Amino acid sequence: MVTQVTSFSRNGLSDFIVQRVTAYVLAAYTVVLLGFILTAGGMTYDIWREFFNQTWMQVFTLLALLSTCAHAWVGMWTIGTDYIREHYFGESADAFRLVYQVGCVLALACYIIWGVQILWGS
Amino acid sequence: MEISVYRYDPEKDKAPYTQAFEVDMPDGRDLMVLDVLELIKEIDPTVSYRRSCREGVCGSDGVNMNGKNGLACITPISDVAKRGKLSIKPLPGLPVIRDLVVDMEQFYDSYKKIQPYLINKDMPPEQERLQSPEEREKLDGLYECILCACCSTACPSFWWNPDKFIGPSGLLQAYRFLADSRDTATEERLANLEDPFSVFRCRGIMNCVNVCPKGLNPTRAIGHIRNMLLKRAV
Ligand code: SF4
Repeated sequence: MVTQVTSFSRNGLSDFIVQRVTAYVLAAYTVVLLGFILTAGGMTYDIWREFFNQTWMQVFTLLALLSTCAHAWVGMWTIGTDYIREHYFGESADAFRLVYQVGCVLALACYIIWGVQILWGS
Repeated sequence: MEISVYRYDPEKDKAPYTQAFEVDMPDGRDLMVLDVLELIKEIDPTVSYRRSCREGVCGSDGVNMNGKNGLACITPISDVAKRGKLSIKPLPGLPVIRDLVVDMEQFYDSYKKIQPYLINKDMPPEQERLQSPEEREKLDGLYECILCACCSTACPSFWWNPDKFIGPSGLLQAYRFLADSRDTATEERLANLEDPFSVFRCRGIMNCVNVCPKGLNPTRAIGHIRNMLLKRAV
């Protein structure tokens, strides 16, 4: 059965707010990144590296990464509870939805860990 | 004109099918879809559909005409027929009882959930609870709903989760009572709508606005509910 147990906050309003706020963060990040790419005057490893070595950019990137995950989870959860239902998948719908949700969580967790490693790894 | 009608009698048929009827329009007049259904019933009396007032007030004859929901009694053939053809199907998403008659239980259950009546804990005054003209005006565009279900059955979110998402019609009614100055249960009503399904399954695609035969705007009402929830939270 489709339930709200696995939703981001189990509250529609908080999920809604989370999705909007993270959308703003991602929009701002996109603007900053595009601005940098357009004004950097060349795209060498050193320029790129120097840009991402600044603390504010690292914090901002991590924030954007976390926002991506929260935003994606709210969205993917919604899609899963809309479409992966008995109507299409018969009895195995619940099992399939669980696999789908675990898959999403794992992928998002990988993004975060990998992202942190890229930002602060040597 | 060629009219194809969705036929299904669960007692006889294994699966639904469509039956084509050739209907002659009386001396080229433009009929309403309901009139055509009546003509078809003369050809085959077993064709079933609901109807009552035949003037867009009772909301009984909501059907799907060439892919768009509407009331058969106030939809002229010329508005919906394409290249001289019309296909009439039951409202999508609800179980079919027979032919064009659907089981509205799920729809009414959502309606029940929003407590569609005035709740007022104060002692009733001697005569009636008064409203200023401005307060009364807030109910315009809300109270006119005739519960025909054209909107909710045009809404994918309602198709997917009809037991949890209230649907456009129910939410329009929910806002009708939230907006009523005589109702004191605002807090309780909002608390019941906060979960991830009841209101927030609306993704604003506005199919409801597109089909409402009364020209109402459930999407706007849902927006108002969302704002009320937000205001209450911050
Ligand atoms: S809002 Fe319009 S379409 Fe929906 S049930 Fe009411 S009258 Fe019918």
